[in-house]
Amino acid sequence: MPTDATALQLVLSGDPALFAIVRLSLYISLSAVVLAALIGIPLGASIALTKFRGRQGVIVLLNALMGLPPVVVGLAVYLMLSRSGPLGAFGLLFTPCAMIVAQTVLVTPIIAALTRQTVEDLWLEYRDELTAMNLGPVGRVTALIWDARFSLVTALLAGFGRAAAEVGAIIIVGGNIEGFTRTMTTAIALETSKGDLPLAVGLGLVLIAIVIAVNALAWTARRAGERMAG
Amino acid sequence: MNMLTRRLLIAATATFALAGHASAQDKSIVVASTTSTQDSGLFGHILPMFKAKTGIDVKVVAQGTGQALDTARRGDADVVFVHAKPAEEKFLSEGFGVKRYPVMYNDFVLIGPKADPAGIKGSTDIVAALGAIKAKGADFISRGDKSGTHQAEINLWKVAGVDVAKDKGPWYKEIGQGMGAALNTASASNAYVLADRGTWLSFKNRGDLVIAVEGDKRLFNQYGVMLVNPEKHPSVKKDLGQQLIDWLVSAEGQKAIADYKINGEQLFYPNANDSGA
Repeated sequence: MPTDATALQLVLSGDPALFAIVRLSLYISLSAVVLAALIGIPLGASIALTKFRGRQGVIVLLNALMGLPPVVVGLAVYLMLSRSGPLGAFGLLFTPCAMIVAQTVLVTPIIAALTRQTVEDLWLEYRDELTAMNLGPVGRVTALIWDARFSLVTALLAGFGRAAAEVGAIIIVGGNIEGFTRTMTTAIALETSKGDLPLAVGLGLVLIAIVIAVNALAWTARRAGERMAG
Repeated sequence: MNMLTRRLLIAATATFALAGHASAQDKSIVVASTTSTQDSGLFGHILPMFKAKTGIDVKVVAQGTGQALDTARRGDADVVFVHAKPAEEKFLSEGFGVKRYPVMYNDFVLIGPKADPAGIKGSTDIVAALGAIKAKGADFISRGDKSGTHQAEINLWKVAGVDVAKDKGPWYKEIGQGMGAALNTASASNAYVLADRGTWLSFKNRGDLVIAVEGDKRLFNQYGVMLVNPEKHPSVKKDLGQQLIDWLVSAEGQKAIADYKINGEQLFYPNANDSGA
């Protein structure tokens, strides 16, 4: 990015480097949310509907993991993916894949914990009907996830917010490599360290605008879905 | 690491292993380097020329010198390009590097507030200046991150007869961050700070900061480049990495470095021919 430009000029002039960074940020954070949803929603719903020893402890742990420090997750994933680490042979460190892995670890507990709460509330409400329908455990989980699908949008958005906002994990595992692993948040950190505070603030505003746009899209989709579902 | 996280990692890694392998076959290398070479804009100037000539993508991970050497020790970089000769020689003697090539130099400058509370502005004696800062208790920002600049700073305090580990008071603040962050902190708190000239010249948020001391021989700052030893880490891309090193020390690479200027001022001086550097 030319450093003598403001962020607004970069946006208005359609700066290709800026758009590549925006695209990478969205690709990484949305991929992490999709992966985290595939793991977190079934996991959260299963915990909501299953009785087992130590369940209260698992719920407390899951809720606590929503506060996982990104820099710690980044360090752990770094040590796993480093050439000297157990998964080093894949050569994933300093790639977008490593960044998706780190953000997936961060986002999964958020989606799982919020799903657990949502599904458990629904379960308490519809327990009798579902019991009468004589569904197996998998059928109950599926039915309740389907019933909760509109509420779960909020869980996904919470996860996306976490992923889009964090810098601590992806700067460690991605390395902030220009044109390859540089995202909005790591670019903001870099411009701050170069002392180009106006550009850093401008990029921050662009990032906030993107997060708002994604949320607006998700909300519109939810409303449309609710209307269609009657 | 709990079971869930482990499964998650394995699942996610398996999902992306293919993509990772694909990108590993690209003509690209990872260079662990220092914030000064990146923040000053040098890489942005010279690497496109190298890519045009060889087609090799150079992925720069900018860290402090200490961290860059550690990244290379773990096998996560193909080449290291840093500036702390004693630390580089240690890296070589441990067997992690193949050979060290001197590339270029610039110098450190002592930056301080215009008001100059330690009364050292215009001096060319860095040791006397540091002594004055300590004597007056003027605020000083230290990188505190084992970077090349931090190691140079510690050596200069030693020469000045100050044991900062023991003598530091509230005037001496270790922030544990990069050069830019240290300059931002100094700018916000009107403190002195040791910086490499390249980062200083390209730094924008100067506030009231100016150069207080420059031109002392002891402020010399040498950069060297090394290939990570493929015998320690077979994943190192030996041929591509060596191509970058050969280009940096070639007449063409050296000219590219000398040609990089900000506002007409040259930032780095090539000296690959000086085998003792």
